[in-house]
Amino acid sequence: MKKFINQVDDVLAESLTGFASAHANIVSLNLEPHFLTRRHKAENKVAIISGGGSGHEPLHGGYIGYGMLDAACPGHVFTSPSPDQMLAAAEAVHAGKGVLFIVKNYAGDVMNFEMAAEMLPFESATVLTSDDVAVENSTYTTGRRGVAGTVIVEKVVGSLAETGADLAACKALGDKVNSRTASMGVALTSCTVPAAGRPTFDIGDTELEMGVGIHGEPGRRREPMRNADAIVADMVAAILEDLKPAAGSEVLLLVNGFAATPLMELYLLYNSAAKLLQDKGLNVTRSLVGNYITALDMAGASITICLLDDEIRQHWDSPVHTAALRWQR
Amino acid sequence: MRTEFILEAITAVNDVILHSETELESLDREIGDGDHFINLKRGCTTLLAMRDELASLPPADVLQRIGMKLLSTIGGASGPLIATFFMIMAKVEKAGDISSLSEIAAAFNASVEGIKQRGKANAGEKTMLDTLIPVAETFNRLAAANATPLEIFNAIQQTAEQGMLSTRDMIATKGRAAFLGERAIGHIDPGARSSQIIIHTICELAKQHHTA
Repeated sequence: MKKFINQVDDVLAESLTGFASAHANIVSLNLEPHFLTRRHKAENKVAIISGGGSGHEPLHGGYIGYGMLDAACPGHVFTSPSPDQMLAAAEAVHAGKGVLFIVKNYAGDVMNFEMAAEMLPFESATVLTSDDVAVENSTYTTGRRGVAGTVIVEKVVGSLAETGADLAACKALGDKVNSRTASMGVALTSCTVPAAGRPTFDIGDTELEMGVGIHGEPGRRREPMRNADAIVADMVAAILEDLKPAAGSEVLLLVNGFAATPLMELYLLYNSAAKLLQDKGLNVTRSLVGNYITALDMAGASITICLLDDEIRQHWDSPVHTAALRWQR
Repeated sequence: MRTEFILEAITAVNDVILHSETELESLDREIGDGDHFINLKRGCTTLLAMRDELASLPPADVLQRIGMKLLSTIGGASGPLIATFFMIMAKVEKAGDISSLSEIAAAFNASVEGIKQRGKANAGEKTMLDTLIPVAETFNRLAAANATPLEIFNAIQQTAEQGMLSTRDMIATKGRAAFLGERAIGHIDPGARSSQIIIHTICELAKQHHTA
């Protein structure tokens, strides 16, 4: 293992501290227990809180700020945060209109957020993201996993919350976006958890793992490496089979890198996927390309398609100011 | 339930878990991700360090604090499951002093039900529940039939062992072993084994108390 580390046990705290000081105008860090909040507490809105294992940066801390999250709870690498973190974060950001948890569908995350919600002294609701079409049941979860579509859910719901919408409306929009979003990932290499010190799985130079998750857990199948268009065709086919969009549907296309694939290749994938969607009669009107939900040092990428409607498009376009996603009108 | 007994049980369970390192690690490497022993050890170490703080508290508060502490220290998926057990036990104890064996059996049963609900799992899925569910059933049945304490503890130990061994031939449908499919057959579930070890140890301790 060759990584930038001082002590393995200090990786998370040092990284969070660095993140918080690099973006001190946007976020604040609490260390005992670990949670991140906006630098300036928002008032009179539903508090949007997410969280999950670390190793997927910029998820979730990078999405704290105006137009997205109010707080995020980072667990250890690939390990769910515990309810004391969610309770402390909720206490810090609750602004009288309830708390909405956005949780990726993994057994540990679901149980820990569920317990936090039960102990919370405020009204709360939870949006479970489950956009991964790769496997019905993966190593880490019962049912579909939440992957890159989570970023879209956080952006859209975060925008609605800024308008002062109530908890039920935020929850309903989150569920709607999740139901209209599907993702598929492919890995070219494994990833190395710092505490483990060796790659999570073995993969040959001429192989790829189709349908991989974001923790180096197994995907649909091991396949021979082939050209980008062929890989993209398989990924897009799996997504469209799930979403079954009507001809002419307007979509958002997200090509997400797992961290070790260069942007040059991510844009190449985008080009391939966008052409394919156009050929299939779909209308790609919004796009995002980059490393938005990663898997430590894995090489690979996921493709996410979200079926837009007026409401989702409006909240996708609205201003956002976070460490990892930032645009004006 | 008495605070002193809970504290004695913490010490005894810590000892036996430490002695089971090699076995639990190898079981979990075969069909899990190899961290079961480390997680249990971290939980035990944390509870040992809390003994002085717990000693002066009523049993319901002791159980509640144990649950909350394990929830934040074990983490992952097993933290909430183990914590749920203690938190429900605390709630039952708080509602009315549980002292007779049939009351303890009912509280144990409620706690195991809590784990089933939290994990959305049942018997036959190759998890700790394959030890816990039959133990709860045996415990309640014998306590209701007014069996002697010695008969009850012996029967619990035997049931726990059978339940643990039954996981050997199962395909896992919950937990990390689930993706192995048929490859998990032939391996005992580490959570079923650690639960059985802990139950066996607490029964031994209870037998000493009842014969003393």
